[in-house]
Amino acid sequence: MTKTIAEINEKIRAGKAVVVNAEEVIDIAADLGYKKAAEKIDVVTTGTMGVMCSSGAFLNFWHTKPKIKMQHVWLDDVPAYGGLAAVDCYLGAAEIPERDPANAHHPGHFRFGGGHVIEKLIAGKEVRLRATAYGTDCYPRREYEQTLTLQDIRQAFLFNPRNCYQNYNVATNCSDKTVYTYMGVLKPHMGNIHYSSAGQLSPLLNDPYYRTVGIGSRIFLGGGLGYVAWPGTQHAPADPRNERGIPLGGAGTLAVIGDMKQMNPRFIRGVSMTGYGVSLMVGIGVPIPILDEDMLAFTAVSDGDIQAPLCDYGGDGYPTGEPCVLGYVNYQQLKSGQVEWEGKTIRTAPMSSYSRALEIAEILKEWILSGKFELSQPVQPLPGQELYAGFLGR
Amino acid sequence: MSIESNIVNRNIVLRFSPDMVDQPLVYRLVKDFDLIPNIIKANVNQDRMGSMVLSISGYENDYKEALEYMKMCGMEVSFLADSMVWDKDVCTQCGACTAVCPSGALYIERPAMTVHFDSEKCIVCQMCLQACPVKAVKLDI
Ligand code: SF4
Ligand code: SF4
Repeated sequence: MTKTIAEINEKIRAGKAVVVNAEEVIDIAADLGYKKAAEKIDVVTTGTMGVMCSSGAFLNFWHTKPKIKMQHVWLDDVPAYGGLAAVDCYLGAAEIPERDPANAHHPGHFRFGGGHVIEKLIAGKEVRLRATAYGTDCYPRREYEQTLTLQDIRQAFLFNPRNCYQNYNVATNCSDKTVYTYMGVLKPHMGNIHYSSAGQLSPLLNDPYYRTVGIGSRIFLGGGLGYVAWPGTQHAPADPRNERGIPLGGAGTLAVIGDMKQMNPRFIRGVSMTGYGVSLMVGIGVPIPILDEDMLAFTAVSDGDIQAPLCDYGGDGYPTGEPCVLGYVNYQQLKSGQVEWEGKTIRTAPMSSYSRALEIAEILKEWILSGKFELSQPVQPLPGQELYAGFLGR
Repeated sequence: MSIESNIVNRNIVLRFSPDMVDQPLVYRLVKDFDLIPNIIKANVNQDRMGSMVLSISGYENDYKEALEYMKMCGMEVSFLADSMVWDKDVCTQCGACTAVCPSGALYIERPAMTVHFDSEKCIVCQMCLQACPVKAVKLDI
């Protein structure tokens, strides 16, 4: 049995498509078997909402009168990169104000930064734009200051070079002092374990060889429509994989793009990581068309099938750049709230929101069922698709 | 004083006007109510409203009587755990606070993986203030 994306879209238009989320498909596959489930189900929706560094926004302000070629740009005192054109800039989610004390008193609070400005804009709040310039014959103005909201900005789109990590490190701390990392506050002597993946709901864990997700795929991004623009930075499909094709490390990533004016602050949040910095929590949902039995089998992946490397983020581990993997744990263990490790019970906590990931998968399901969202045929596959040799290698 | 009541350990916040600064409160708690008070934080000033965070242990009955006494003296008494405010709408339900919270006040309900706050369990250690990336928990004294 095979289906094409065009056929699935026909069904969506006819209101006959069967759409389930990546949690629901697990039980259906167990009940019916992969073959029957694949005949029945047309689309499986996935979701994730976690802190995703390498995010940011391209903004274009209307030309001012008289005109300015903005050289240095600040939004709420957070510097944005203005070296693009007269009134274009890129605001990075991890940028902090120049006067922020950062880690001068460790651990710093990092109360506000690029991610927060992005959240404020999407929430419709006012932001203070400030720009300076050297002045030219065509752009004489040297200074500009204006309070504006997203509505006053001509174009605004998120363009996140690396989101949606396929899988990710699980963090603990073997050293004898607390460390403040992008994986959260980690207590000494393996006092806690933090992980950051929606596991069985996560987009690229449901399509491990990128058979359906590729350049041009339409997705849910931050509450609005977005697209996969490119393989993300650090995309590393050749990472080792288990027998189900699930990578044992970060592996694939996506560069994504989407119109900020459609987004919702429920799914885009500025975050402050104590002692580390600021970033952006991004909600992403990807629909997986069930083209054949193998695709159904891939989407039936459950938390127990997904292993992730437990890494030491203490001083002698991750920071050194040397290998820091202590071993592997699976998401079923991680989500239970505790992991047994070398005779010790260690508490676990997620950094990414599973309940919000499920909410995203549900919204995407609604969009598809109502005909508002059709699937797109990727215009180009992501590197790594060539590794696919059939489910369970058959 | 009753020997049958439970031993309790409670953290309370007191607010009082300047004229009460002279009251030998800690002495009275020990002497008249058999309690063990421990001053966690005090903000006392001769001509302004003062506040004090006290950890009190002793028998529950004595503790309750002491609370009545303090209120009778015109002190405003609140429970420190109530000063920890969790804003459900700001919370992203990530769960990052739940492994550092030593008392289980912030916890995940499984399998839905939703985060909840039980203020009665909170011991106001403030670990969650550092752990929460969106400042959904605040200490409001
Ligand atoms: S203050 Fe401490 S006990 Fe209270 S919720 Fe926060 S971490 Fe838990
Ligand atoms: S860390 Fe903050 S946002 Fe995350 S669950 Fe706890 S209170 Fe909510």
